[in-house]
Amino acid sequence: MLEAAELECERGTRRLFRALSFAVTAGELLRVAGANGSGKTSLLRILCGLASPSAGVVRWKGQPIGALREEYARELVYIGHAPAVKDELTPGENLAITCRLAGRPASGEALRSALERLRVPELPVRKLSQGQRRRAALARLLVSDAPLWLLDEPYSALDTEGVAALNQRIGEHTVTGGAVIYTTHQEAGIRSSRVVDLSACA
Amino acid sequence: MLAVARCIVHRDLLLALRRRSDVATALLFFVIVASLFPLGVGAEPHLLRPIAPGVIWVAALLSSMLSLARLFAADHADGTLEQMLLGAAPLGVVVVAKGLAHWLIAGLPLVAIAPLIGLQYDLGGPGLYGVLALSLLLGTPVLSLIGAIGAALTLGLRGGGVLLALLVLPLYVPVLIFGAGSVEMAASGLSPAGHLLLLGALLVAAIAFSPWAVAAALRIAMD
Amino acid sequence: MNTTARWFWFSSPQTFFPLAGTIARWCALGAVPLAAAGLYVGLLVAPTDAQQGEVYRIIFIHVPAAWMSMLIYLVMAGWAAVGLAFNTRLSFMMAQALAPTGALFTFIALWTGALWGRPTWGAYWVWDARLTSELILLFLYLGFMALHASIDDVRRADRASALLAIVGAVNVPIIYYSVKWWNTLHQGASVSLTKAPSMATTMLTGMLLMALAFWLYSIAAALVRVRCIIRERE
Repeated sequence: MLEAAELECERGTRRLFRALSFAVTAGELLRVAGANGSGKTSLLRILCGLASPSAGVVRWKGQPIGALREEYARELVYIGHAPAVKDELTPGENLAITCRLAGRPASGEALRSALERLRVPELPVRKLSQGQRRRAALARLLVSDAPLWLLDEPYSALDTEGVAALNQRIGEHTVTGGAVIYTTHQEAGIRSSRVVDLSACA
Repeated sequence: MLAVARCIVHRDLLLALRRRSDVATALLFFVIVASLFPLGVGAEPHLLRPIAPGVIWVAALLSSMLSLARLFAADHADGTLEQMLLGAAPLGVVVVAKGLAHWLIAGLPLVAIAPLIGLQYDLGGPGLYGVLALSLLLGTPVLSLIGAIGAALTLGLRGGGVLLALLVLPLYVPVLIFGAGSVEMAASGLSPAGHLLLLGALLVAAIAFSPWAVAAALRIAMD
Repeated sequence: MNTTARWFWFSSPQTFFPLAGTIARWCALGAVPLAAAGLYVGLLVAPTDAQQGEVYRIIFIHVPAAWMSMLIYLVMAGWAAVGLAFNTRLSFMMAQALAPTGALFTFIALWTGALWGRPTWGAYWVWDARLTSELILLFLYLGFMALHASIDDVRRADRASALLAIVGAVNVPIIYYSVKWWNTLHQGASVSLTKAPSMATTMLTGMLLMALAFWLYSIAAALVRVRCIIRERE
C-alpha cells in the first residue's frame, strides 16, 4: 500500500536519515524506533505529505503522494504530538469538525459513542487534563474508516486503561485490513509486525 | 469541498464567539488610533475634515494587521492547522474559508464602526459616509487576503507581528490610496466611482491570486 | 556535454564558485572605466541646464541608480521563481546575494533624489510619485532581507523569502501606478523630479554609461556575495 523509497531527511544542517526504504501492506503494524532527535516525527510528517524529503519519494498504491495530494490525504489519519483540538470547543464539537474536515462526516451518535468509549467528558477542552485531551484526539480513530494511520507518540499521557483501549482499536483496524505506522518511547504492550530503526539509517 | 469551507467558517466564527475579548480589542484599537489623531494635530474641524478619510483608512489598516497575526497562529500552535493541510479540501479552499472568516470577524465590524468615527471627524455630507463604508467594504477583504500571505510567511516566527507589518504594509499601499482616495473624491464633489471600481478590481485579483500564494506560504512554513 | 547538462552542471554551488569569481573580476574591471566615462560625460561634457544650472547633474547618478534598483528586484524575483520551480539551492543564494545591492541602489536613488530636490524645489522630500515608489521598493527589499534573517531553518528561509519576492514583484506595477495616480490627484501639475523635457543626446549617453557601469558593478558585487554565501553554507 504505502512504499517509501530512498528517503532522506535534512533538518537545518543535520542529516537525520538517508537511503531509507520500506513498504507497508494491509494489516501491518509498523513501529518506527530511534533515539530522541533521530527523525521519527520528521519521517511520519514526510509519510503523510506535510513535509517533503530532501531525496527519495513516498508512493501510495504505486503513485507518488505529491501527485495525489487530497486523494492521499483522504486515505489517512495523522495524529501528531499536539492533540489538534481547540481549547474553546468541547470534544464533541472538535470531533465533529475534524471528521467533516477530513471529508467523512460522522453522525452525532457515532461521535458520542466514540467519546463515551474512551471516557472523555463533555467539557471545553481547556478544562481537560493532558491524558483526556489525548483521548479526545484518539477518538477520531474510532469513527474513521481511513485505511492508513500515522500515529506519533499516541500513548503519551495515556493511563493503562487508555493504552488498552487504543491497542484494542489498533488491533481491530489491522484485522480489517488497515495499516498503522506509529512511534513510541514506551513499552506499549502491542506487538508490531516490524520495526524500522532510524538510528541505523543515519 | 464547500462543506469543508462552510465547516471552517462556522468553526472560526464559533471560536471568535467564545473568545470575544480578542475580537473586541482589535476593534477597540481601531477606535483608539482614530481618536489619537485629533489629539495630535488639533481639533479644528477644517483640519480634521480633509484628513478624516486617510486617518480612518490607516486606522483600519493597522487594526486589520493586528488581527492578522491570529489568523493562523492559534491553529498552528495546537496542531489543527496540520489537520487542515491534510484535509479533504484543497488548501486553497481552506485558505479562502479562513480569510472569509477573518474578514467577517475583523473586517466587517470596521465597516460598521467607521461611519461613527467619521462623525467624530465631522466628515461632511451624508453621501460621504456611504462612500466610506463602501470603500471599506471593498477594501477590507483585500487587506485580509493580502495580509494572509504575510501571516502565513511569518508563521511561528519570533519577530512575529512587527515583521508581519513590515512585509504587508507596502503591499497595502494601493488599497489605502484607492480607498481613502474614493472618499476624498466624493468630498470634493467628484464621482468616487473610478476609485471604487479599482478597489473592486483589486478585490477580484486578490481573490484570484492570494489563495495560491497563501497555500504555498503555508506549505513552506509547515515543511 | 549538451547545453542543458552544462547549465545544470553550473547550478551546483561547488562548480559555480570559481566561475563566479572569474566573472566578478571581469565585471569589476569593466565597471571602473565605464563609470569614469559616464562621470566625465555627465560632469564635464553635458551642457548646463537652462533652468536648474549645475545641480541637475545629479541625475547621472539618480536615474541609473533608480533603474538598477528596479532591474535588480526583477532579477531577484526571477531567481526566486527559478529556485521555487526547480528547487536549486544556488538560485536562492543568487536572490539573497542580489538583495543588498538592490537595496543599496534604492537608497542611493532616494538620497540623490532628496539632494536634487532641495535646491530645485526647496524641500528635501516632496512626495513625488517616483520617489515614493522607490521608498516602497526599499521597504520591499528590507522586508525580504528581514524575513530571511528571522527564519532559522535556511531552507524555509530561502523559500519563504523567495515567495515574498515574487508576490512583491507582482505588486510593484500595481503599487507604482497607484502611487502615480495618488500623486497626480494631490499635486496637480507639479513637475516630476525625473522628467527631463528634452534630453540632449549627451545627457542620455552619460546616463547610459553610468547605468552600464552600475550594472557591471551589481553583477560583480552579487557574485562576490554569492561566493561568501556558498562558503558559509557548504
